[in-house]
Amino acid sequence: MSAILIRGGLLIDPAAGIEALKDVVLKDGRVAQICDPGGADIGPDAEVIEASGLIVAPGLVDIHVHLREPGQGHKETIATGTAAAAAGGFTSVAAMPNTVPTNDSPEITRWMLAPERGAAIRVFPIGAATRGLKGELINNYGALKAAGIVAVTDDGHPILHDEIMRVVLINATRHGLSVIQHAEDTRMTSGCSMNAGSTAFRLGLRGMPPEAEYGLVERDIRLVRELSGENGHQPHLHVAHTSTAQAVAAVSRARRDGLRVTCEVAPHHFLLTEEHIGAYNTNAKMNPPLRSAADRDAMIQGILDGTVDAIATDHAPHASHEKEVEFERAPNGITGLETALGLSLRWLHHGWKLPLNRVVSLLSAQPAAVLGLQGRGTLAAGSFADVVIFDPKQEWVFCAKNSLSKSKNTPFDGWTMQGKVLWTISEGRVVYKAEGLA
Amino acid sequence: MSQLSNNPMHLMVPESPASYPEAASLPGSLLSAASLTPESVSEILAQATVLECENPLQRAKRLASRRIALLFYEASTRTRTSFELAAKGMGADTTLVSNLSSSIEKGETLKDTGLTLRALGAESIILRHPSSGAPWLLEHETQLPVLNAGDGMHEHPSQALLDLRTMLNHLRSDKERVTAKTLTGVTITIVGDILHSRVARSNMLLLPKLGAKVILCGPVELLPDTAALAGPGIEIERDFVRALGQSQVIMMLRIQAERLAGLHIDLEEYTASYQLTEFLLAKHAPDVHVMHPGPIVRGLELTGEVADGSQSLILEQVRHGVAIRMALIDRALRAASSQEVPR
Repeated sequence: MSAILIRGGLLIDPAAGIEALKDVVLKDGRVAQICDPGGADIGPDAEVIEASGLIVAPGLVDIHVHLREPGQGHKETIATGTAAAAAGGFTSVAAMPNTVPTNDSPEITRWMLAPERGAAIRVFPIGAATRGLKGELINNYGALKAAGIVAVTDDGHPILHDEIMRVVLINATRHGLSVIQHAEDTRMTSGCSMNAGSTAFRLGLRGMPPEAEYGLVERDIRLVRELSGENGHQPHLHVAHTSTAQAVAAVSRARRDGLRVTCEVAPHHFLLTEEHIGAYNTNAKMNPPLRSAADRDAMIQGILDGTVDAIATDHAPHASHEKEVEFERAPNGITGLETALGLSLRWLHHGWKLPLNRVVSLLSAQPAAVLGLQGRGTLAAGSFADVVIFDPKQEWVFCAKNSLSKSKNTPFDGWTMQGKVLWTISEGRVVYKAEGLA
Repeated sequence: MSQLSNNPMHLMVPESPASYPEAASLPGSLLSAASLTPESVSEILAQATVLECENPLQRAKRLASRRIALLFYEASTRTRTSFELAAKGMGADTTLVSNLSSSIEKGETLKDTGLTLRALGAESIILRHPSSGAPWLLEHETQLPVLNAGDGMHEHPSQALLDLRTMLNHLRSDKERVTAKTLTGVTITIVGDILHSRVARSNMLLLPKLGAKVILCGPVELLPDTAALAGPGIEIERDFVRALGQSQVIMMLRIQAERLAGLHIDLEEYTASYQLTEFLLAKHAPDVHVMHPGPIVRGLELTGEVADGSQSLILEQVRHGVAIRMALIDRALRAASSQEVPR
């Protein structure tokens, strides 16, 4: 494989503590050299990418996506989902197990990882914590890990039973796996399609109370607290897509107490509120739902003060006909891979003045650390040659119909984004190049 | 306090879209009482009187050969019959499609059913549907004027208009013209299962626009505190007697057993606290007008004597339904013929 020289860009590598003009040499799928401008040691046949005026950063890492394969290829395939990811600057995605069938066997994990799937970037499957996501029989984590999973979760079917969750935490810890919980006490949310409160009353929709989320987060933290230190174990609980102020506060307290508890926030939860449902817009329906303005503000606050470990999209594609139905009947979820960076730069960096290296970190180094993805989320020499090169100043308008995802279910159609991805490089291969680049 | 609330950049969040009543709906549609103004209500009321008083033979020529579809996904007696009589009284061709005995049973979606009705020549659709918000979907997909005949727990705007006409008939001399002050000084109490009631929502959004005060009364399971935030002019009074004492109109609601979704209500306790009886009327509200959108459950939210008593306007409400719905259909089809509908 020939070498690539990325010349003259501003390298932002939060994990390595670098924010400086550097040349980057990629070779054989790895980062070969980081050096001062002009100091690269390369042969004459190296491909050169001129990056002056641009940001060169570790390829982005999204630890919460739904690629829909196996079983739901009409919504997305691993090929289309990863193509959209590459266009959004991502080079690693962790794929949720709520496929058909669910990912609870090494065969399915290996099927997802097979070259025939045509993944543009690296996919890290997440295994089902229990058989069929039913919260009863615990899967074989050793076999799943050997096949390639990086964490376990029952995702949209949260584990409510204390004893099952306890055993899931113990078994996962024994195998060095994180437990991801979609925190929703489903006993309180049956028939609900949005956040509880005055907007739900006005729209005549049943609402999910915030307690359904933070109550389960608090329960899970209690279990982690009870298990921490037992037999030298330190379980890792990762709270998926936090959406309520109390859930973020609970994670912050747990961490202050020294527990291994992390959390992620999705762009829609730090940008939108339940008011964005407007006239029953099904592209504003997801789970957890859009919450109150106070909750949205708490997500921003959690990002600014460092409580939030990662921005994750919860990319959840659905075919147009599945969303063109009555609000209560519409499936939950929106796409997010192509808008995460542009929204984060526009609102968190330009709006809230979150430093660029913090935005980059929340989208690369930190999520990679949450799931322990070695050699990802950094451009230190020897790491995987996963790179995103973007123009931080360029504004552009996201047009859903041009999305590379198979589905177009997004509330951000027509929104102005900041920061245009120009190149995405996955393990030394250019997997995305913006239109109009030579 | 937090960094956020001290930050002058607090406005650095995306703007919310226009909330749904303000979101433009098509001319001729009536999806929510929130979209009504005193002016538009006056037009509808005036037209209701014109149509009601017109010679039936004359009236039957108004909408001759015009087509309107009634699409009903839920059982209905009053609403369906009055919309149908209203349309037929003006000479329109009507067709009734219900979820039973149609392709809806075979899984056809609301979008496809709507497009099919449009292809068959429907110029407007009257929709009753168990899902809140369904009329917005139907309007969006068909681009036809839609009349919301009740969507889930959300709204039933034609009911609020006929309730208004009934009230004006008894409280005011002019029942054709209303302003933002017409009902100033009038208190209307809505009692019972507010949470699941589309009639309550439409009335609480419409009546304060004309100056009325709306009191909501019921137990917390059926009336969450957040209901008072639905719009201006809405208050909560959980004590039935106290609410009764300050009302000119009292609107009783049925407990919607079909929408309770696991919620357990002790009916004995409920009737002890909220049932309207002759005794209560005589003692606390001898002049109050008693209304009920129907269907009533005698012996539960009100006694049979109250339903049949001299203070009851329940059957008069039903009669006003036809006049109001004639005016709404007339309004919808006038809008439909004034615009090029894509076929």
